[in-house]
Amino acid sequence: MTIREVATLLHAEVLCCEKLLDTEVHSACGSDMMSDVLAFVKDQAVLLTGLVNLQVIRTAEMMDMKCVVFIRGKRPDPAMIDFAITKGIVLLCSNMRMYPACGILYKNGLGAGEITV
Amino acid sequence: MTEPIRLHFEVDGENFASAGAASEAVKMRLKQIGVDPAVVRKVSIAMYEGEINMVIHAKGGRADVAIWPTHVELVLSDDGPGIADIDLAMQEGYSTAPDAIRSLGFGAGMGLPNMKKYSDEMKLESEVGKGTTVTMRINL
Ligand SMILES: Nc1ncnc2c1ncn2[C@@H]1O[C@H](COP(=O)(O)OP(=O)(O)O)[C@@H](O)[C@H]1O
Ligand SMILES: [Mg+2]
Repeated sequence: MTIREVATLLHAEVLCCEKLLDTEVHSACGSDMMSDVLAFVKDQAVLLTGLVNLQVIRTAEMMDMKCVVFIRGKRPDPAMIDFAITKGIVLLCSNMRMYPACGILYKNGLGAGEITV
Repeated sequence: MTEPIRLHFEVDGENFASAGAASEAVKMRLKQIGVDPAVVRKVSIAMYEGEINMVIHAKGGRADVAIWPTHVELVLSDDGPGIADIDLAMQEGYSTAPDAIRSLGFGAGMGLPNMKKYSDEMKLESEVGKGTTVTMRINL
């Protein structure tokens, strides 16, 4: 699906990089622990998280991710948004909680992709 | 006989938000010179984990990177507390990180194992009270 569809399904607000909304993404992961994202994630293009600090964007950038969804209504500060803009990472903000947010995306075809165990 | 590209970074231990800036600069440089994206990601993750460790465990340190035609060498050294039991520190899930670090999303005890996984060679030298040096080689 496209990032635009992710945003629609999660009733999310688009915080930056609107021009990248038609980017195709094939898998996602959800975590509040960046350590686990760095250790277990392989090619997931979307990160759902309730953690808000600059290292979230940096982790996404290191993993070549395309989109970060902040759940539970968490909002990044302007420095995080600026940083995401320079890296071309779409930031979305949704009021949903982790479990339903992941479930809705999964049900609509956005799988977990390959995970290294 | 080719000389490598050498990059040096001082990693600030006081500023959590800037942790990873050195890794990001290296990532950009590798992308610029056309290194395979899969290899760039390995270098990025390995160095980022090491950089984060210097910030959260050792109050900062130094990163020296040499980009050779055949491989990248990363040397991360600090004057922090050192590691008493290296075998233990290398175990998945072992972490002495305080809760304050965990609430920032780090401290799952996966950093050193991850650095080993993503590098082709890794050497960890440490002396309690003196500091720690991690040397990693990633083949291009
Ligand atoms: N540069 C360092 N200086 C001192 N101790 C370190 C350093 N790097 C790692 N350690 C020790 O090794 C442990 C395991 O490191 P790591 O696998 O990266 O997990 P984490 O950083 O999540 O705790 C740390 O909790 C810490 O006790
Ligand atoms: Mg670590």
